[in-house]
Amino acid sequence: MAEETSNAEAYWKANLRLITGCLIVWAAVSYGGAILLRPLLSGIAVGGTDLGFWFAQQGSILTFIGLIFFYAWKMNRLDKQFGLGE
Amino acid sequence: MSQFAINVLFVGASFAIYIGIAIWAKAGSTKDFYVAGGGIHPITNGMAIGADWMSAASFISMAGLIAAGGYANSTFLMGWTGGYVLLAMLLAPYLRKFGKFTVPEFIGDRFYSKNARLVAVVCLIVASVTYVIGQMAGAGVAFSRFLEVDATTGLIIAAVVVFCYAVLGGMKGITYTQVAQYVVLIIAYTIPAVFISLELTGNPIPALGLFSEHSESGMPLLSKLNQVITDLGFNEYTADVDNKLNMVLFTLSLMIGTAGLPHVIIRFFTVPKVADARWSAGWALVFIGLLYLTAPAVASMARLNLMTTIYPEGPTAEAIQYDERPNWMREWEVTGLIQYEDKNDDGRIQLYNDTEAFAPTAEQRGWEGNELDVNRDILVLANPEIANLPGWVIGLIAAGGLAAALSTAAGLLLAISSAISHDLIKGSINPRISEKGELLAARISMSVAIVVATYLGANPPGFAAQVVALAFGIAAASLFPALMMGIFSKRVNNYGATAGMLTGLVFTLVYIFIYKGWFFIPGTNNLADTPENWVMGISPLSIGAVGAIINFAVAFAVSKSTAAPPQEIQDLVESVRYPKGAGTAVDH
Repeated sequence: MAEETSNAEAYWKANLRLITGCLIVWAAVSYGGAILLRPLLSGIAVGGTDLGFWFAQQGSILTFIGLIFFYAWKMNRLDKQFGLGE
Repeated sequence: MSQFAINVLFVGASFAIYIGIAIWAKAGSTKDFYVAGGGIHPITNGMAIGADWMSAASFISMAGLIAAGGYANSTFLMGWTGGYVLLAMLLAPYLRKFGKFTVPEFIGDRFYSKNARLVAVVCLIVASVTYVIGQMAGAGVAFSRFLEVDATTGLIIAAVVVFCYAVLGGMKGITYTQVAQYVVLIIAYTIPAVFISLELTGNPIPALGLFSEHSESGMPLLSKLNQVITDLGFNEYTADVDNKLNMVLFTLSLMIGTAGLPHVIIRFFTVPKVADARWSAGWALVFIGLLYLTAPAVASMARLNLMTTIYPEGPTAEAIQYDERPNWMREWEVTGLIQYEDKNDDGRIQLYNDTEAFAPTAEQRGWEGNELDVNRDILVLANPEIANLPGWVIGLIAAGGLAAALSTAAGLLLAISSAISHDLIKGSINPRISEKGELLAARISMSVAIVVATYLGANPPGFAAQVVALAFGIAAASLFPALMMGIFSKRVNNYGATAGMLTGLVFTLVYIFIYKGWFFIPGTNNLADTPENWVMGISPLSIGAVGAIINFAVAFAVSKSTAAPPQEIQDLVESVRYPKGAGTAVDH
């Protein structure tokens, strides 16, 4: 029982770490690259405008899609690794 | 064939498909009705989520908003997609594991409180009803323009179609019609965009065309657009925003509001496994992304096209004669969505930004005010006509706009009816109701919801535009934090959650009402809704994020000072966290 609990705890901790990492990227592209850091990135030209504009209208959406698939793939591996899958 | 006949053909054919699917996918049990039997493939579900989520606002209004606001309105693009990251990681898999039919049911069980469940039902109904009004009104606009019937008749036709597949088929019928509607709406949205991108930049992919060279001038498209509109006194399209705090909070409100909207969450209950819930979120965002990556291209290209239509010789030369205006303008004028007033009696159409800074230029050119008002909502609908695309593309747009409005309306109606039949009737009023009785109750409550939505769609309250903010504010400030804490904290108890939801909700509503009028009654606002009056520059549209933070804080504080939840609730939280042992969604 104790072993089962610690296994479950380790799984949950791994999940929380993964979520934290993904949400840092999530915030970095949208709130960072597209909004707050736009003035800093204004030197990088992208097709008639700057990188921040690209992040705001394209880059963040593409990153979001990548993040969800990465998370799903990683979690399925964790499910198996900890024997907690369906 | 006349344009009218083409439109009728496209819309009629798409409606026939939806009704055919409804007859094929009739719901036989409450499980079929609430969660489509629980056996939907994640890619199918992703597509259905796409149609469920992309409403008349996404299809019709969003490109218009971006065209008008440029960079500043990128918030809608990020906000309405970023929420799916939160859904995939913070809510969907765990709520799927919980394995019940509705969102209030989770809140009621997790916080072992009928009151919490009732608060959740009220939040769900207010958020969903306000949302559905916009869908019905959007369907009305599309009908009146393309099928030349009056908006009310159009609405009634739309309501009958929704009635057929939603009431008969429940979630099962809705799922498969949403898949068909997704296909219709994405084709309708991208085909004109591809043509326009080719025409302007030579690049067939609109998202790349947006950052390509404008073929005619050889300048980058966005530089060309900036140049044209600044010559007419508008702000640069790509100009940065000063009030970053508000931009961040508005984006955050849209993101957590998206993640907290019940009609999206319940779609995740239809897949067989927890892993499928994660995959569905990814596929959903792929299908949503196809439209959302195209929308900003449509926005800038349509704005440039509109300007070149009005100023064929360039913005510094004369505008076109009113008598020589293109046909699409004449047709939209009939609907009142384009208005022209010849203020300086020169017979030409001067479209410019009537500001003090631009006044000297305007005076020098003999202009006496902006003469053309173009409603933002027509941009996507008129897009094929502005770009001179063939008639069948216009028919396609009509069918696509209706698909977007109807698919979202159906999803919302299901969320409302399941909250009434499952949470209110079975959960409180008559727990011993039979399965057959509950199914009948679900169908009756959905029928009533359709009638109410149709009535409100035909007689939209004056605040139709503002209520969308209300829907997101409520979902962000009440439902999202309660759901998230229910999963990620074992310590948050019934008192904490209920107090959190209520303070988050009341705070958000009061802030909105102070600027927008109490219960949106015009003239009852305490402060004018202008940036100078907003607290720290935070607009009422952005306040949902602050409401959510308050909700979290209150819930933790109250829970800390009261008893921890009983052991069986802590075990419930524990079980929700691990996929092992998840069956399909069940009743008990």
